[in-house]
Amino acid sequence: MDRIPILKLGGALIVTIQVDMHDRLALALEEDLTAKIASTGARGVLIDISALEIVDSFIGRMLDNIAAVSRVLDADTVVVGMRPAVAITLVELGLELTGIKTALNIERGMALIRSRLDESKDEARSARARRED
Amino acid sequence: MVTDSSDALLSVLAKEEPRILRSWLESLNAGDSPQTGRIRDAELRTQAQAMLQHLRDALGSGASDAKSEAFAPLRDMLGDISRSRALQGFTPAETAHFILAAKDPIVEALNGTGDPSLAARAWPISRLLDQLSLHTMEVFLASREEVIGRQGQEIAELSTPVVQLWDGILALPLIGTLDSSRTSVVMENLLQAIVDEEAEIAIIDITGVPTVDTLVAQHLLKTIAAARLMGADCIVSGIRPQIAQTMVHLGVELNVVSKATLADAFALALRRTGRAVVRAKAPAPTGEDRT
Repeated sequence: MDRIPILKLGGALIVTIQVDMHDRLALALEEDLTAKIASTGARGVLIDISALEIVDSFIGRMLDNIAAVSRVLDADTVVVGMRPAVAITLVELGLELTGIKTALNIERGMALIRSRLDESKDEARSARARRED
Repeated sequence: MVTDSSDALLSVLAKEEPRILRSWLESLNAGDSPQTGRIRDAELRTQAQAMLQHLRDALGSGASDAKSEAFAPLRDMLGDISRSRALQGFTPAETAHFILAAKDPIVEALNGTGDPSLAARAWPISRLLDQLSLHTMEVFLASREEVIGRQGQEIAELSTPVVQLWDGILALPLIGTLDSSRTSVVMENLLQAIVDEEAEIAIIDITGVPTVDTLVAQHLLKTIAAARLMGADCIVSGIRPQIAQTMVHLGVELNVVSKATLADAFALALRRTGRAVVRAKAPAPTGEDRT
């Protein structure tokens, strides 16, 4: 498997990482995800890492990069399902991923993204209303 | 060395055993010896007898070094004795005294025979008993250390409970100083509890932490960062006034939500999860009701 699939659900992109990440896979994911955000105009990216058992500084940085890139493209990144051991490793590595939103499971992650989508919908509506006035 | 003199030595030890035993026990029970009172005479006597028996067996096989195979049963027995004394609260000196007190009676018994070849054996035997007493010391210290280690572990486990306050709200009351080894225990417990309870908010209460210096603050921040990575928010509570002052003086900054008391933190947690505590009915007027 040399690509991680990216699913589109409404205004959100969902990525679940089911295999051990190696560096090339991580780079490919970063690239694919950037292209997909741009082409679909997604406002939220949900990355499920509940199956990820091993992280290193490279993967940690990749998560940070994805978050930064998607912020530039106006999308929120939510990482869900991080295991305790992975969290401890990342903290010990000094990667606190401050730019990323986190949630305990995919359900709560989707709720976070949905609230963001609703907000932007409201904004769009009020902007349209202002234009019509 | 397994010669007639060895046989003669054994026969002297066997023949003189009652006298050796008596004066040995006398010296163990002597007024200045602290061994009295805490261990029963009959038990002491059995131990002394067993030790003489093992000593004779070992000498009978011709060995003269306390570390040799022939002395293994004797060493095991002494190990058991000193382990049990370590647990009973004897001092190392008292434990070693048990063996050393046997030296005088045995040497005396050998000298008393008037046989120069036997008197010459007194010196090696005395050295042997010294080695054995050192062995008891070693076992004594090892078992003490075991006890201390176990207690330390128990304290670490006891003092890091994670309690559930409400659906999705956890509290972590910290008691005692946070060092790096305890921080890792705390962190693991907290993160596992967050997964198990699907908690959204964790309240870290540091009422029981005596001092917060830069290191402790760093450990706290690490724990909070790890919890955040898992998707749970942390609130720090119970920072006492003096500690708050010390932290500010030290320039320690906790960039997290903090509340003065656990109650405040809990109220905030309830609010954040969309809950509120309301009075079920107005309080009864005081005074009149009681009559």
